[in-house]
Amino acid sequence: MSEIVIPYQVEPHPMTGVTSGKLGIWVFLASEVMLFGALFSSYVLLRVGTPAEYWPSGVEAGLNVPIGTVNTIVLITSSITMVMSWASLKMNNLRGFKRFMGATIGLGLAFLMIKSFEYSLKFSHGIFPAVGWPEATDPSVFNALYFTLTGLHALHVILGIAVNVWLLFWGISLFKSQPERFAGRVEISGLYWHFVDLVWIFLFPTLYLL
Amino acid sequence: MSEAHPELGFLRKYVFSTDHKMIGIQYGLTALVFLFIGFSLMMMMRWQLAYPGEAIPLVGGFLKNSWVDNGAMLPDFYNQLGAMHGTIMVFMGIVPLAVGAFGNYIVPLQIGAPDMAFPRLNMLSYQAFLIGGVIMLASFFMPGGAASSGWTSYPPLADIATTGQTYWLFGMIFLIASSLLGGINFIVTIVHLRAEGLTFFRLPFFVWSQLVTAFLLVLAFPALQAAAIFQLMDRLAGTSFFLPSGLVVGGEQIAAVGGGSPLLWQHLFWFLAHPEVYVLILPGMGIIAEVIANNTRKPLWGYRPMVYSLLFLGFMSFTVWAHHMYLTGMGTTMSTFFQATTMIISIPSVIILSCLVISLWGASIRFTVPMLFAIAFLPMFGIGGLTGLPLGLAAPDIFLHDTYYVIGHFHYVVAPGTIFAMFAGIYHWYPKVTGRSMNLRLGYAHFWLSLIFMNGIFMPMLFEGMAGVSRRMFDPTGYVHAQAAHTLTLVTSWSAWGLAVSQIPFIINFFWSMRKEERAEENPWQATTLEWATATPPPHGNFDAPPVVYSGPYEYSVPGAETDFSPQYVKQEG
Repeated sequence: MSEIVIPYQVEPHPMTGVTSGKLGIWVFLASEVMLFGALFSSYVLLRVGTPAEYWPSGVEAGLNVPIGTVNTIVLITSSITMVMSWASLKMNNLRGFKRFMGATIGLGLAFLMIKSFEYSLKFSHGIFPAVGWPEATDPSVFNALYFTLTGLHALHVILGIAVNVWLLFWGISLFKSQPERFAGRVEISGLYWHFVDLVWIFLFPTLYLL
Repeated sequence: MSEAHPELGFLRKYVFSTDHKMIGIQYGLTALVFLFIGFSLMMMMRWQLAYPGEAIPLVGGFLKNSWVDNGAMLPDFYNQLGAMHGTIMVFMGIVPLAVGAFGNYIVPLQIGAPDMAFPRLNMLSYQAFLIGGVIMLASFFMPGGAASSGWTSYPPLADIATTGQTYWLFGMIFLIASSLLGGINFIVTIVHLRAEGLTFFRLPFFVWSQLVTAFLLVLAFPALQAAAIFQLMDRLAGTSFFLPSGLVVGGEQIAAVGGGSPLLWQHLFWFLAHPEVYVLILPGMGIIAEVIANNTRKPLWGYRPMVYSLLFLGFMSFTVWAHHMYLTGMGTTMSTFFQATTMIISIPSVIILSCLVISLWGASIRFTVPMLFAIAFLPMFGIGGLTGLPLGLAAPDIFLHDTYYVIGHFHYVVAPGTIFAMFAGIYHWYPKVTGRSMNLRLGYAHFWLSLIFMNGIFMPMLFEGMAGVSRRMFDPTGYVHAQAAHTLTLVTSWSAWGLAVSQIPFIINFFWSMRKEERAEENPWQATTLEWATATPPPHGNFDAPPVVYSGPYEYSVPGAETDFSPQYVKQEG
């Protein structure tokens, strides 16, 4: 740690009303919006550039809507437990924090497990991102988009789980000395987690239902 | 150093430093080295263009066999040099120097902050930049060589190019990550850590320019990130995001899914790369504004209109990207829209430049070395900007597209434009960073030689382009229409080598001045902004006590004041 004191790490700035960390995560999320905005725009551009009869709907392409729906519910629930863990922390209830944070991590892992089960289901049906894969039967731009977008989203989920695991097992030591600062960190992780959730809420209808 | 800040070990102080000043210096030195490497690549290209097929003097004998044949350059190597010159100069040279070095060192000082808002994030962004840069350079020595599809990496060519392109994409992902982390850090720092009394309209123009630049970095780079992810998938997983159906290469239809869109890459790439052009120029404008206000000894003319123009410029830069794509067949409606936005975006640039020119009026100008570079910046950037107008209109662009005219235009903006601003900044803040002054005579020699040779390089390019000579040609003497312009090519090439020679006084000056016994004064330029309120070089934590700001940034020659400069941090009588 640096010895010099940088203001607004714990107390909110009078003008913006947030701490530096929170302002930073909002700016970061703005750039993430631009990233997924660019990806969704690419989806639109590729789709309008393809004759309609060559662009499959999600079901035609072999996506499993019930599994996708279950996964959506899992991820939304994890957002709720994330908020509960932060709220417990604000009420000085460390046990509640641990329980809800553990649930958030568990639900995140459940999402990944269901996702990988879905991937293996696709592979067994010969659905791959592209040619060159040994058993690919019907490669298309749609499949490529499906694997790229959900894969990138899964990477975001993995990062979120990693941060939460760190907070639960290592970062928590900060709670004794600076509970406010630790709650701030949990809130920042939560904001990111909600964003990842939100991306999925856009991805699910775009890929599965349209 | 006060007792509160114990000495750090060598590694913590120089290598893994979280001090914004050390990180700024790391960025600066690394970026200067990359600039020099990028410039060296270009000097070899200029030899091939001037004397095609002849052995490259001095270095030809040392180059790898896959690059040269008996010392003469091979076409593939020329393509690698071209792609990497652009990539190195833009992403590893100018941006890290303008934002990473000047931004990091100067911004916290000018706003009276102890450090950046996130010091460790700052260290990470430098390290990501360094890793990205090393990957880029290392790709030259990999089998297959470096990327060779131009700095724009247009598919389908880039999709099917050699492995160098994959290294380019990986390197790019690190450089993008570095810019994102840096951008977030700058925004939070400038919004949250301003000293007491330093309201937004008391910020020096340089800080404003860094703030707008940071927003451009944060919001524009993700588009290239998305594009890079798609291109990596195309290259590694075999998808066809950018490969159309039925693509034939070398007489054979390639085994790809097809159905992709090469134009998609261009849209994503230019959505980044047009704001990127403003990332290259805005910090330069900021430095020039500081130097001009300081050396004219009067306030900037039109500080507020300049700030509003800057904000408008930043916003509009997201709406002009497709003016790079008039010849892609995207349709006249689209072209019309982007012509209109392009004409609109030229207005704020002209306002800023006009304000800077009018600031000179009626001043008793001190012709210091930074001021010479700043004065030269104005007409050079003017030429760069005005030559851009024909390119922004679809009709003349059909004629000028992909000719040397484009190269001349762009380089007038960034070489005698931004790089002169960088030199002005180095000469201006050198006494702050090192506590020594740079030598005057060597500075004058450096300035005048650079000015002459810069114009010697880029002015002929404009005429060559109007004569129809295309860019990216390996051997221009093979074309009849280009043969007529060969004299101009020779002028350009010799000027480029002359420019290299004229950097020698600068390099000597830069290192020799550091070792001087004699210390510079605490505020040698008699400037008003906050970076001069602390000791030189500033201690860890920057200020002994948090500074308080009482006035605007450029209170020079205030009537009734004792001196001709009234610093922001000194309370005036009455």
